[in-house]
Amino acid sequence: MRNRNPQLNSNGELQHLLTLDGLPHEVIVSILDHAAPFTEVAEREVKKLPLLRGKSIFNLFFENSTRTRTTFEIAAKRLSADVVNLNVSTSSTAKGESLLDTVDNLCAMQADMFVVRHAASGAPVLIAQHLQATGRDHIHVINAGDGRHAHPTQGLLDMYTIRHFKGDFTQLTVAIIGDVLHSRVARSQIAALTALGVPEVRVIGPKTLLPTEIEKLGVRVFHDMSAGLRGVDVVMMLRLQNERMNGALLPTPQEYFKVWGLTSAKLALAKPDAIVMHPGPINRGVEIDSAVVDGAQAVILPQVTFGIAVRMAVMSMLAGQ
Amino acid sequence: MQPLDAEALCLQLAEQIRPHLKPDTVLVGIRTGGLWLAERLHKLLDITQPPGAIDTSFYRDDYGAKGLHASPQRTEIPFSIEDAPVILIDDVLYTGRTTRAALNEIFDFGRPASVELAVLVDRGGRELPVAARYCAVTLPTPLPSAHTLQLERATDGSLNLRLIDA
Repeated sequence: MRNRNPQLNSNGELQHLLTLDGLPHEVIVSILDHAAPFTEVAEREVKKLPLLRGKSIFNLFFENSTRTRTTFEIAAKRLSADVVNLNVSTSSTAKGESLLDTVDNLCAMQADMFVVRHAASGAPVLIAQHLQATGRDHIHVINAGDGRHAHPTQGLLDMYTIRHFKGDFTQLTVAIIGDVLHSRVARSQIAALTALGVPEVRVIGPKTLLPTEIEKLGVRVFHDMSAGLRGVDVVMMLRLQNERMNGALLPTPQEYFKVWGLTSAKLALAKPDAIVMHPGPINRGVEIDSAVVDGAQAVILPQVTFGIAVRMAVMSMLAGQ
Repeated sequence: MQPLDAEALCLQLAEQIRPHLKPDTVLVGIRTGGLWLAERLHKLLDITQPPGAIDTSFYRDDYGAKGLHASPQRTEIPFSIEDAPVILIDDVLYTGRTTRAALNEIFDFGRPASVELAVLVDRGGRELPVAARYCAVTLPTPLPSAHTLQLERATDGSLNLRLIDA
């Protein structure tokens, strides 16, 4: 069993969700299938299911993120779990406690699941391996974003959104646009799109924001936005990280918008029924024009709604193992 | 066990329900067999409101032991449950656990005026205090637990009860 995918148990069921890279096609499809009935819960009088009653879920955020933490919190609460939010960046680690000591302490408080965000790639994998090595297989880990590595639930909710609006993956051309270099979201998207059989995935961006040799992931690279957008079915924008704006990688936000911002004129090069996605938070007037955000082709808010259902599905599948 | 004619049982069940229908009675079928039966009763009884569909996967009491159902489907109740006289419909009544799960789920949509249970077959083997108000046939002796009795629907829409001896 040495070569076993660390995310799957010996029956091939999902034990942790750490990355979409290498996750079997049927597991990804199964998560999307499971998410569908959860979307209906939001329309009920009582927006709550009893599935995770009595389970304790710890949101372990070593890096700030109000939005992702909130969607995980809502998903867990709609499943009736008890949710504890730990902003670790401002607590124990500041006093010198190591990552695994923090985890052990929370396990001693009968944690059933950890939702982990960390600036270091691989932190959630480290926690999962630690739990396995110490015989605590009943505790599950969900990666809520680690460094530049992966953000699997974002990738899954993006796939759910594409499937909702486009149906079949095997006829699509999808473009991912912007700061791929710093983006864990882009890596998860590429892994999922490839696994689901999308024949053409394009990445579009300035040379300074595309990792070298990204072609090896099976994508087509474009440094010309107009050429890259021509005929695509799905436009996936990435957030331009303002905090990196001062480095030598980029000109000013205004100049970036001029060349790489998605405007209605550029979007017109895509198929007429193309959808526009964005993981949020949006920088209006930097990577995307307000008119596109508020336009008929944008599905950015449905992405948020579907994100809750997808996270509910992942949590229920894990906790049921 | 004598063979069960699902089509004839449907007609009997409809006639049991008919005298008790209220103008605002709504039907809710438990997926999958109960929903087929609800669709049939909806036609036979000339009820205007199309039946609601319940999938009890998210309310089952064996989630802790068995995990999530392999392919849960949507619960779709396209009308208000609040103050409605509800007839909950399932194909086969067995332990009563599915009925319990469905009742809990219905109450998350509102407070119904009443809930009655209608089933095609009562196979015995109850583990909870559940009884059907309307029931086309009660088996004289409970089916052994190794047996599965379920409703099937052919491509032409006809219903058939199938006994699987595991």
